[in-house]
Amino acid sequence: MSDTEVRHSELPAPELSNPELRKRIDDEYRWGFVTDIEQEVVPKGLNEDVIRLISAKKAEPAFMLDWRLQAYRHWLTLREPTWASVHHAPIDYQAIHYYAAPKTRTQPKDLSEVDPELLRTYEKLGIPLQEREALAGVAVDAVFDSVSVATTFKDKLESLGIIFCSFSEAVQKHPELVRQYLGSVVPYTDNYFATLNSAVFTDGSFVYVPKGVRCPMELSTYFRINAKNSGQFERTLIIADEGATVSYLEGCTAPMRDENQLHAAVVELVALKDARIKYSTVQNWYPGDREGRGGIYNFVTKRGDCRGDRSHISWTQVETGSAITWKYPSCILRGDDSVGEFYSIALTNHRQQADTGTKMIHIGRNSRSTIVSKGISAGFGSNAYRGLVKVLPTAANARNHTQCDSLLMSDRCAAHTFPYIEVKNPSATVEHEATTSKIGDDQLFYLRSRGLSAEDAVNLIVNGFCKEVFKELPMEFAVEAQKLLAVSLEGAVG
Amino acid sequence: MLEIRNLHVSIGDKPILAGIDLTVRAGEVHAIMGPNGSGKSTLAQVLAGREGYTVTAGSVRYLEQDLLAMAAEQRARAGVFLAFQYPLEIPGVANVQLLRTALNSVRLQRGEPELDALDFLDTVKSKLALLGMDESFLYRAVNEGFSGGEKKRNEILQMAVLEPRLAILDETDSGLDIDALKTVASGVNALKSPQRAFILVTHYQRLLNYIVPDHVHVLAVGRIVRSGDASLALELENRGYGWAIPEAQKETRP
Repeated sequence: MSDTEVRHSELPAPELSNPELRKRIDDEYRWGFVTDIEQEVVPKGLNEDVIRLISAKKAEPAFMLDWRLQAYRHWLTLREPTWASVHHAPIDYQAIHYYAAPKTRTQPKDLSEVDPELLRTYEKLGIPLQEREALAGVAVDAVFDSVSVATTFKDKLESLGIIFCSFSEAVQKHPELVRQYLGSVVPYTDNYFATLNSAVFTDGSFVYVPKGVRCPMELSTYFRINAKNSGQFERTLIIADEGATVSYLEGCTAPMRDENQLHAAVVELVALKDARIKYSTVQNWYPGDREGRGGIYNFVTKRGDCRGDRSHISWTQVETGSAITWKYPSCILRGDDSVGEFYSIALTNHRQQADTGTKMIHIGRNSRSTIVSKGISAGFGSNAYRGLVKVLPTAANARNHTQCDSLLMSDRCAAHTFPYIEVKNPSATVEHEATTSKIGDDQLFYLRSRGLSAEDAVNLIVNGFCKEVFKELPMEFAVEAQKLLAVSLEGAVG
Repeated sequence: MLEIRNLHVSIGDKPILAGIDLTVRAGEVHAIMGPNGSGKSTLAQVLAGREGYTVTAGSVRYLEQDLLAMAAEQRARAGVFLAFQYPLEIPGVANVQLLRTALNSVRLQRGEPELDALDFLDTVKSKLALLGMDESFLYRAVNEGFSGGEKKRNEILQMAVLEPRLAILDETDSGLDIDALKTVASGVNALKSPQRAFILVTHYQRLLNYIVPDHVHVLAVGRIVRSGDASLALELENRGYGWAIPEAQKETRP
């Protein structure tokens, strides 16, 4: 047991004797195919002209272009942050395509106008865009490289006044909402990657749930990077008006490529009085190969603003992909009696690195937050939890409970815990618990002596470890997440 | 059912078992007794397929198969069960989940269909009733926060659900008070059958007051030095292990 930082465990890794296990280790990333589709790509590099071009391609109103340019000019004054517990070669921001889109005549109006090759891609990924297949009651918005290709169940949602569309469409149809809320949670000056995103973001999802409306289905966005040497910079904005409730799911994959690709997204959530937003992510970007070649750099800024009294924002994430993950979905608990939650599973295998956690900023009276973080490190993976709990003088009777557990699966992996706690109100209660454990030979033998294969034994132990987070995910998503963990851990024993 | 011939086992360079011969037939109950460090637990672990031991000589046949060539899970699916001396905790995993996964692994091997959640629950409840155990056991995480007695009873429950052909109980009596001992023993007795054999590894005779063995073997310095019927255990109780172990073997480790 340790409460601060734990490095390279001393225990030996179990021997890899099972041939079945060895065979499955060599399994590759299953979503690594490339879709052969005609692309419209803006030349590599970043300058004001590229930004003007992106804005023009999207036929944006002037306020959007101004905002982008302000962000870009601010970005030029910033330096890439180095405080995260991750290591990578310098990123050449001039070697990235900042806009890539499947070539189509016009923006598709419905699914019948979407390139069938794209629909087949999403089918391969197991994302049914056809509404008749989506009986599970999940409305899907699919983002392919830089543009949103289809949004399902639009009509049904519209009848309730719910807006669920691509960000580009929102800019066209609901500029007043975009103008009011864009950058209100994550300002363009926020941090290096968020600032870059503000300058160049190309698409993403937009959700507005009006007063008192409970969204009747899960809303889901599926992100896919396809084009080579392109970055994906999506921007998601979700607004739950007073008394509204919405649950949103996000998934993502990318082809296997030897080069690293940058994904710098921004997600902003706004919960007004008595509103409730649940945001779930299953992140499965290409993690790179066993030697650490290729993979996505996932540098994401996600933040929710509990702006109204009794508002509630809950983040649940299952992070299994990416070469490097750098993200801290956070809550600003501004409203009195507001509630913030963060439930996280982060898994790093082979050479993956993750530095992830959350920030809970308590401003309102009686605001409460819960943090449950489960880090799993295998192979040479490095996993850091970094979390800030800050209680401002106004936050009388604020409460936080943090639980931070690490599971080590090899003798070459690393787990780190960096908790930051700042309390400025004496009536606050802040609790932090942390554990570190290792899957032991004894546990594995115990389960194998009951007839479980080594793989099943590992999966059972890992699922038990992650149980508190799985139960926060919507049912179908939890099943997917369990499968994904199993696949990501193939060959982790040994 | 089980034929152990001239089994030699070491850990690293250190020999632990030095020529074990033992034949177990279906329906029999064998007790293996011996002082601490005699190799009793090693024998149990080697039979169940624990890695980290080197078999330097000898063979083990189980139901006409070469047991030593099988991985731990293959042995379990073929009907070998080891009740652990120190059962492991699996946090967050409900007992019922482990039991069902384990039973379905074993059933798959036997060519039987997997049980769905409802059929499984029927099966497991009948076993709970047989052992006089409470249903709440099923929904607690595997051995997490269990008392010593509960852990041992949980092993017996797993055994009852998996219905092994050969059950090896490694010091299942250690650390149990008399009531828990009786519960465990009556569970084992309820599972006795002409098709099933038991090997009870124990340090003390008292378990054998409740489970009467057909054969008792005394293990010392890696060998079976004496075999007999149930009366041998009583004699050991009265005269101590020193009596049972020939002088020549007390001093020299093989």
